Amino acid sequence: MHAERKQLVTPGDVLGEGPYFAGENTYRDGTKIYAARIGLADIIGNKLIVVPIKGVYIPRIDDIVIGRITDIGMSGWQVDICAPYPAMLPASETPMQRGRDIGRRDIAYIYGVGDLTLAQVIAFDRTRDPLLTTKGRGLGKVTSGRVARISPAKIPRVIGKQGSMITMLKKETNTDIVPGQNGLILATGKNPEQERIAVEALYMIEREAHSSGLTDRVRAFIVDEMGKGKEIGQSQNSSIA
Amino acid sequence: MKWERERKLDNHKTVRLLDDNGLRVDGRRFDELRPLKIEVGTLDKADGSAYVEHGRNKILAAVYGPREAHPKHIALADRAVIKCRYHMAPFSTDERKSPAPSRRELELSKVIREALEPAIMSEYFPRSTIDIIIEVLQADAGTRCAGITAAALALADAGIPMRELVAGCAAGKIDGKVVLDLSDIEDKQGEADLPVALMPKSGMVSLLQMDGSLTEDEFKQALDMSIDACRRIYEMQREALRQKYHIVKDEADNEAATEVRV
Repeated sequence: MHAERKQLVTPGDVLGEGPYFAGENTYRDGTKIYAARIGLADIIGNKLIVVPIKGVYIPRIDDIVIGRITDIGMSGWQVDICAPYPAMLPASETPMQRGRDIGRRDIAYIYGVGDLTLAQVIAFDRTRDPLLTTKGRGLGKVTSGRVARISPAKIPRVIGKQGSMITMLKKETNTDIVPGQNGLILATGKNPEQERIAVEALYMIEREAHSSGLTDRVRAFIVDEMGKGKEIGQSQNSSIA
Repeated sequence: MKWERERKLDNHKTVRLLDDNGLRVDGRRFDELRPLKIEVGTLDKADGSAYVEHGRNKILAAVYGPREAHPKHIALADRAVIKCRYHMAPFSTDERKSPAPSRRELELSKVIREALEPAIMSEYFPRSTIDIIIEVLQADAGTRCAGITAAALALADAGIPMRELVAGCAAGKIDGKVVLDLSDIEDKQGEADLPVALMPKSGMVSLLQMDGSLTEDEFKQALDMSIDACRRIYEMQREALRQKYHIVKDEADNEAATEVRV
């Protein structure tokens, strides 16, 4: 391997030569394997890959995404999932009451245009638009919380190694955080202040995704912000008293 | 303005583009590039962007996409449609330029698109579009080449899969001598201009135009010169990209191990 692991590569950089396979975001030309995208070089077995650090969301089967309803059809909805392709959510993929007939008038009660939904990709192969389902635990209409939009390439950083970052976020902000693979992240807390802090922490992670000691800095930021809230709360209490 | 044009015409016979030492009007040697400044990720709202100052040229490039094709009928089943708009700001020239796209701008949009297309792996995103927007803020000869240099970086910045970057540079002929990277006065009063865009790794030339006339030998010399300059610009492009994405290596290990998508 010519490039080091986790080394920044730009399109056209040589990753390696010889007995390697060209993996994701790379291509082979003759005996050499080149990077096709800006990102970090890596190797899995003898497959050379580039982990992208920027780019749009491309759906994959089983991804959890957050989408916005853009249109209602006869038997389903069109959903914007921040990808180059509009997704379809068929009415049959929502947990509906049995025996109810499916029709435009009927399904508008379930999702209207502008509603947000937490869904899962069940089919996508580039020749056809992605298909979503909301059948599943925790899936369905988003009824409360705040949504942050970050680059989908930064989602792995939000989750962190073995979920370290997201566990810390949930614990410190006392919110439930659901990261959609498409870059939209839902934070639901007991009060708006917790949600605000969670969203700001998420944007902080996006901004400083690749700087050292990020987890600790984010924790310090949250603790600081949460502390502020308490102080205000206390002073209000004392003034009432 | 009129006065200036007359002065230029008056000077046409007397102005010397090369002095006794073989130096040019701006003091450069025959094979010297104008100073180049490259910045990646200048704009927040675009998916990818770059800003290039090539001599007195100031050029901004932005890339959007891949995104849904609009209107839908322009979409292709097997690859992304690449759209390119080269535009000169009304304040980019001596005399105010009408902001409406001119014949020249339309042509340059097309040749720039064709210079970038072979580098873009558009087959990864069928039925979508990639928009490239090049805005010339200040023009001083060689805007199409600097535009290509900027647009290639904006594409890479947007995270679009590319075979490699594309760099552009022109060569030409002034006072009977082949020189590199013409400035405005050299372009207007020189004998020939040869813009070239190169994909440096494969050595493929994706843009080659000529204005004026060159002998076969001069042409070869000018082409070699600009290809060499493109390679130099390519190194600067890579450096600019690296600067933008300065990453602490250890921190990359803290990412969740997710399978990467194509």
